[in-house]
Amino acid sequence: MDADLKMLVKGLNFFYDNFHALKNISLDFQASHVTALIGPSGCGKSTFLRCLNRMNDLIPKIRVKGKVLLDNQDIYDPSVNVAILRSRIGMVFQKPNPFPKTIFENVAYGLRVSGIKDKTFIADRVTESLEQAALWNEVKDRIYDSALELSGGQQQRLCIARALAVKPEVILMDEPASALDPIATQKIEELIHQLKKTLTIIIVTHNMQQAARVSDTTAFFYMGNLIETDKTDILFTKPKLKQTEDYITGRFG
Amino acid sequence: MTNQFALPSIKYRKFKQAVFFTLLRFAAIINGTAIAIILFFLLKNGYKVINWTFLTQPPMDSMTRGGILPCIIGTLYLSLGAIVIALPIGIISAIYLNEYARSGRVLRIIRLGINNLAGIPSVVFGLFGLAFFVIYLKMGVSILAGALTLGLLSLPVIIGATEEALKTVPETYREASLGLGATRLQTIFRVVLPCAMPGILTGAILGISRAAGETAPVMFTAAVFFTPDLPSSIFDEIMALPYHIYVLATAGTEIETTRPLQYGTSLVLIALVFGMNLGAILLRAHLKRRMHI
Repeated sequence: MDADLKMLVKGLNFFYDNFHALKNISLDFQASHVTALIGPSGCGKSTFLRCLNRMNDLIPKIRVKGKVLLDNQDIYDPSVNVAILRSRIGMVFQKPNPFPKTIFENVAYGLRVSGIKDKTFIADRVTESLEQAALWNEVKDRIYDSALELSGGQQQRLCIARALAVKPEVILMDEPASALDPIATQKIEELIHQLKKTLTIIIVTHNMQQAARVSDTTAFFYMGNLIETDKTDILFTKPKLKQTEDYITGRFG
Repeated sequence: MTNQFALPSIKYRKFKQAVFFTLLRFAAIINGTAIAIILFFLLKNGYKVINWTFLTQPPMDSMTRGGILPCIIGTLYLSLGAIVIALPIGIISAIYLNEYARSGRVLRIIRLGINNLAGIPSVVFGLFGLAFFVIYLKMGVSILAGALTLGLLSLPVIIGATEEALKTVPETYREASLGLGATRLQTIFRVVLPCAMPGILTGAILGISRAAGETAPVMFTAAVFFTPDLPSSIFDEIMALPYHIYVLATAGTEIETTRPLQYGTSLVLIALVFGMNLGAILLRAHLKRRMHI
């Protein structure tokens, strides 16, 4: 496996009961790269994203076939500890979902559940993560206030800080800006640019401009199939397939 | 530009709305009136007997004078005991049902059991408590047997309230917690339960305060006609407010003379139940503030 490859998906099939939601998907994720997953609603891109940190395990009656490798190790191997896996592959959700706790406790949560008790270590990591998520300056005087008092955009950056605090290697983002206004969206996109220096980022988005702005590689999904994947500037300017071209130019979807 | 054809129709719709809202308002007012009438009736007939002696002395002269302290203490002990017994079992059951159990035959059977438990008349609980706790387990007529019976009686309410409270915790909190590497157990204890706790405690206390006023289960398992002594252990028999009212109103030779005492005792019982409910509301407000909800 290529040293720059962080994750590799090989022949992934996913079933909800009898519904074949993902059909034989194979896709690589480069380290320190942003990969965007695009496609119309219901195409399977969010399901695919949730396969990458086994978030789908929670749903009854699902089946997963195929391989998902993280640093050459299959994450669906029975020996894998799912909790540790999810601390290595962080996730940011569509709607900001901070816990009804203080800003501090939100960011400290992942550290606490992993068993860390050292107070100075936790405090330092909280500060560092909030700085990394470009939120520190806005909240440094009120980190013991409720996280629910923050604006939507701030809440989403808090959720990113919360994910960063456990030092993940990969971050999955499921339409992280779709519930935010344009200015908050811009801040999230700037953040993604900063974060990809040290992290591998996989982002699902409905917004083609956003995919073009933030990603290095784009993958187009349709009806549970991976239709085309390429470097973002190539996929958006010279797509190989008519189907891809139709979608990115807005002729269907 | 006005649409002249729409005018009569909008008038008619507004009229319909006014009629309907008036009906709704009346339905709501009936509730308020009912409680007001009951309270007024009790206050009017019972307020004269409420004084310090009534609240701090045992009954005297064949229960025609004196106070009801043993009954107050008895009912408090029974309620407290029922909470201690039913709250943990109820909460744990609800967590299992709502957070762990996968839908299937076993879950359906358990739910059927809980729903039927809720439908059992309280006198049957009393008889069961007598047969099982008092006689079979040799607890005797005691606080323990009464508290267990009342606890059992309030279990379905507590399970129901807890499940409702757990359902109000957004799925996104669970996902966020799991996504950060927490186990399901950590997610339940650190995120789900704290969020649901205000609702759980309110529901539980409401359930217990309902049970505290039950007469039948208590008269089979815990209460006696008369005892001047306050209990010294959980195996002691006690007096209880609801049973005392029943005794005064039906079984004495001085039913008419003790009428004011009956109303006074009812007032104290209602005050106790309202007090518990108020406590539940205050507790919920306090927890919500602390939880930053």
